[in-house]
Amino acid sequence: MSVEAREARQPWILLSPALAAVLLLLLIPLMFIVVYSFWLRSAMGADQVGFYLDNWQKALSDRFYRDILLNTLKIAAITTVICALMGYPAAYFIARSKGNKMILLLLLMLPFWISYIIRTMSWINILGTSGALNTLLLYAGVISSPVQMLYNEATVILGLVHFLLPFMVLNVYVSLEGIDTNLEDAANSLGATRWEAFTQVTLPLSLPGLAAGGLLCFVLGAGTYITPVILGGPRDAMFANLVFEAIITQLNWPLGSALSLLLLIVLGLLVAIYNRYLGMAQLAKGLG
Amino acid sequence: MSAVTLKNIVKRFGTFTAVHRTTLEIPEAAFVTLLGPSGCGKTTNLRMIAGLLDPTEGEILINGKRVNDVPIHKRNLGLVFQNYALFPHKTVAENVAFGLKYRDVSKAQIAGKVRDALDLVQLPHVGERYPKELSGGQQQRIALARAIVIEPDVLLLDEPLSALDANLREDMRVELKRIQERIGVTTVFVTHDQSEALAMSDLIVVMSEGRVEQVGRPEEVYNTPASEFVANFLGASNILAAECVEHGKAVVLDEATFGRVAVPAARAPNLTGTGKAKLVVRAEKLLLARDPAPEGVISVPAIVGTVDYQGQAVRYFVRAGEAQLQAINMIDERPFAAGEAVHLHLRPQDCAALPG
Repeated sequence: MSVEAREARQPWILLSPALAAVLLLLLIPLMFIVVYSFWLRSAMGADQVGFYLDNWQKALSDRFYRDILLNTLKIAAITTVICALMGYPAAYFIARSKGNKMILLLLLMLPFWISYIIRTMSWINILGTSGALNTLLLYAGVISSPVQMLYNEATVILGLVHFLLPFMVLNVYVSLEGIDTNLEDAANSLGATRWEAFTQVTLPLSLPGLAAGGLLCFVLGAGTYITPVILGGPRDAMFANLVFEAIITQLNWPLGSALSLLLLIVLGLLVAIYNRYLGMAQLAKGLG
Repeated sequence: MSAVTLKNIVKRFGTFTAVHRTTLEIPEAAFVTLLGPSGCGKTTNLRMIAGLLDPTEGEILINGKRVNDVPIHKRNLGLVFQNYALFPHKTVAENVAFGLKYRDVSKAQIAGKVRDALDLVQLPHVGERYPKELSGGQQQRIALARAIVIEPDVLLLDEPLSALDANLREDMRVELKRIQERIGVTTVFVTHDQSEALAMSDLIVVMSEGRVEQVGRPEEVYNTPASEFVANFLGASNILAAECVEHGKAVVLDEATFGRVAVPAARAPNLTGTGKAKLVVRAEKLLLARDPAPEGVISVPAIVGTVDYQGQAVRYFVRAGEAQLQAINMIDERPFAAGEAVHLHLRPQDCAALPG
């Protein structure tokens, strides 16, 4: 074998374990889901094999599913905006701090050492009727009996922000780190105030990081299943909960497959739009 | 009146003192170079003038007004960085126009001024391009255009040439000086490169370890170094222990290798009287020759040691008696070879003297 051919093969050899995993654990099961989504659930037991569009028709036309899909996207959008507003200043502070940068980044990573589920459940101890906040308010005499603060849309968003904020901060931090601090000095020397220098120079240059963080927050937020289960009420179901309901509770694999593919397509479109305008390279930078 | 005055400036970072009590006058329209090795405090001084750093003690005056409490964006200074610091998301024209937006200039005037500035730096056709589409030298010209288009009171240049490669650096040196003379702006230039400093400056401020070693015109600091540091930093010098035996109209030093050397008094301003002294012999002034020197020129036999060939010039390390000396000579015919016996020629008027 020639040297060129060997060198050309080398990346594929290194990639093959990962490719095999993606193929076996992701793409092939996904193909099954695609096939399932065209089958038909029968009341008798065994699903009817074939090419039926019934599930897709139901998923796309039923108002119940549409409303929950829109609500899911709304919650993801609100979460993303809050993460951006809270995460940007934090990222800016870390990027501009001297010396203790590593400690601040470590603190940012710290929550990842604890299970996401436990982190989500911790809010019950804070906001529950016998939780820390109610106890404090009762003690202070602000309220006379415990207030129900949990199990609504706001707590779902709170839980999601808690979960997703580090992703936003890291992405924005990485893009801010890549900006030469001389640029702000140059803008200042030319007559721009610190705020003007920020809005004219630093902010536009960090937008790719903000967009990457936003995309991650939105996609992870829209696909969330645990947060509404733990922190939401009966009416706060998000789209992933519908998939669970269809497949596990109703044992309706065909419908559940169609629903999960619908969410995948919607989020996939979003990623495609992002990729069209900003490219995936920025996202890879933020994750690395 | 001085364009910039530093009065008793001290700058400390924690326990480290970057600039020791420094007083400096920068004359109107002059090209002044802060020269020194890295860590000598030259950039710290520049950043304090710019307003990027606050002095720990002392006062900074620009055109006679104290500016210690004036924020950087109100100082009206042009700042050029080593790494250009052009805004990558803005076109060249937008970069140059940036500072004009914060001044009382109409849209039509901005376009005209941007055009004039780009003409001045000889890049009239790049306005629509982005900085990354330009070469390093072109980017530095744009950075200069951006800094001078606002008609700054003082132009501050922080090692603007050191990121360029050697040939380009020499072209830019001439170019920068031409533009500075054309617009007549007071310029403070920071560099560690002595040839840049000697070629461009009206006045050189030699700095070392946070202190000013000497202020003078290029030929002053070169010919009459005020300290051993200056003698060594600007070119190569042989600094020899000597005894000042006569201190009057002529200053006569007695030195082991060269014997009695009559140094011009103007070249020994810091030597106050007879006694211990140091003889400064520039490597460029120590000439190797096959024959002894004529009358009036000191001549000492020596043996050539290492020969460091540099193309048009050559650096010799020679041994004359007990002394190891270095000499830098232009090459005439062929350079001397290691081991050759030669005569060192030295004109006394080319020597300088320092206190011992």
